[in-house]
Amino acid sequence: MAALASLGESAPAAEAKGPRSMQAGRRRRLNLFRYLVFTVFGLFFILPLLAMVRFSLEGSTLGTWSVAAWKQIASYPGPPPLLSAVEITLELAIISSGVVLVLLVPTMIWIRLRVRWISRAFEFLCLLPLTIPAIVLVVGLAPIYNKIRHYQLSALQLFWAYVILALPYAYRALSAGLTAIDVETLSEAARSLGASWLTVIVRVIAPNMRQAILNALVLTSALVLGEFTIAYLLLYNNMQVNLYYISRTTPNAGVLFAASSAALIFAFGLLLVLSYAGRRRRRGQG
Amino acid sequence: MPAVGAAAARDEGAHVSSPMTSTQKSAARTAVEVRMEGLSRRYGPVVALDGLDLTVQAGELVALLGPSGCGKTTTLRLLAGLEDADAGQITVAGADITRLPASKRDMGMVFQAYSLFPHMTVRQNVAFGLRLRRVSSAQRDRRAIEMLDLVGLSTQADRYPHQISGGQQQRVALARALAIEPQVLLLDEPLSALDAKVRAQLRDQIRRIQLEVGITTLFVTHDQEEALAIADRVGVMRDGRIEHLAPPTEVYSRPATSFVAEFVGLTNRLAGTVSGSTVTVRGRDLPLVDLSTPAGPVTALVRPEAVTLASDSSGESGPLVGTVIASTFLGATSRVTVDLGDTTILAQLSTADATKLPAGSRVSLTIRPDPVLVSVEAPAEVEE
Repeated sequence: MAALASLGESAPAAEAKGPRSMQAGRRRRLNLFRYLVFTVFGLFFILPLLAMVRFSLEGSTLGTWSVAAWKQIASYPGPPPLLSAVEITLELAIISSGVVLVLLVPTMIWIRLRVRWISRAFEFLCLLPLTIPAIVLVVGLAPIYNKIRHYQLSALQLFWAYVILALPYAYRALSAGLTAIDVETLSEAARSLGASWLTVIVRVIAPNMRQAILNALVLTSALVLGEFTIAYLLLYNNMQVNLYYISRTTPNAGVLFAASSAALIFAFGLLLVLSYAGRRRRRGQG
Repeated sequence: MPAVGAAAARDEGAHVSSPMTSTQKSAARTAVEVRMEGLSRRYGPVVALDGLDLTVQAGELVALLGPSGCGKTTTLRLLAGLEDADAGQITVAGADITRLPASKRDMGMVFQAYSLFPHMTVRQNVAFGLRLRRVSSAQRDRRAIEMLDLVGLSTQADRYPHQISGGQQQRVALARALAIEPQVLLLDEPLSALDAKVRAQLRDQIRRIQLEVGITTLFVTHDQEEALAIADRVGVMRDGRIEHLAPPTEVYSRPATSFVAEFVGLTNRLAGTVSGSTVTVRGRDLPLVDLSTPAGPVTALVRPEAVTLASDSSGESGPLVGTVIASTFLGATSRVTVDLGDTTILAQLSTADATKLPAGSRVSLTIRPDPVLVSVEAPAEVEE
């Protein structure tokens, strides 16, 4: 017992008294390693993007600067005009994120609270789209979209397909948020205070999944902003399809890269705003 | 026992302002009786509750005590409506609420796990139940602050749950449960996540508030000290039934069964022989709790504090002479283990007395003639 006690005392004591310089050296080396990794991977990601932006700002002669290509985004002729394709993609991102959240958030909370036994089956269902190649999805969806086209509905109808595509990512993000809170206790506390099931979901559980909901939003939006295959194969025009057409027909590659950069910057901006919103909320609490 | 608890609460909770508000007075006036009859609940093959009967008088605090899996939390959850009973009936103030959903039962509940809503401030948490009842925001605020005053936390009203300590969170949870002026207060091991000192303070504070508000309360715990300190009556549960329901002093000094005796406090199990109204244990005649015990060999359950030790230098041997083999320091008291040759016995003494009897010293024992409970099973020589 005495031996145990002395062991228990000596371990932290030794650590505290240990040579400070050695620890500091280790920390420095670790930091150096961190910065190195960060720099290498940062360059790997940022260099191609910077090159793309630089190319979009290329003037009429090599090595000069110009924003002409960027100015053309707004006025680039169609059919359909580039700007309208960008608009449609943004609208699709908003609609798809909204539908995914409205479908998934209450369902997942409900399953967690009341019908836990189907959670495995539900997870499988949500992750299934990951395993289905887009082309297979298109083959299945084509007859339905042929009918839709018959009624001359806009490209916004693509959101049906995008919701399915986004399910696995949104599910994963929301599921992580849901496991991070004590859903059972919170809901029981709310119910004992007189809350209905709807109140429990809307006013107690969902607000505590704020960060997870934002993550699901970011992932869904990012997916829609970059989607090409389904829109192209179903003969709809979204931003990516439009950029592809431009790349096929234009002698001016600058506008193509300007539009791609704009889309990227927009996505980055959205990501930043959403994650900043989540963090500010936390700090407000903290 | 309750009187002692209340006195302690006055001492330890003295810093807490506790004006008797109009709402508390009205709650005190409307305390209701809770009656549970024949409650049963199964989880697959496991019987959690087996025809439990329990009546909690208006304004009374009953503590349910028992080992894990004895059904005490299930009882509370059935009463709260968080689970449905397979059979039986629950009435509150004479009204049958057995099939009523939790949200309509009008019961305040404090949980074992921290249950404050993380996205709301302390004030919003306390006012949540009132908001659901469409109380005006001014009234809500007033009531929330009043309740926070009651638990001594009105200065923390604008903090978020993660900014306050665990003990404070449980006090806010108590304020939140009481804010809706419930008919019944349910406490599901609210202190078990807290450290010992905070636990004792909050325990006494809960008791003080319960007495002030006068609300009928069911308190579930596995900690016997907690149950004995806080309750008007303690129900010791085993296998889905209440084995003994009585005031704390009675549960401790005159336990109904050997299970109760052994669960509440430490017990020496000593071989003895019953004859008439006494049991003879190692040559000493002790009165029986249950006078109807048939004559014959039994195991007598003797509390450690009924055993006193004295240094013995005579060198004689006898049934009540032994050797100290270990001593456990508990603060004001110490628990001393004595080897009697054929068995060992625990004695609880003041630490001052115990330090005079180091390990190896010869001692003579005296057993105080308190009424003892016996079990008729084959005599065993196990303590605790």
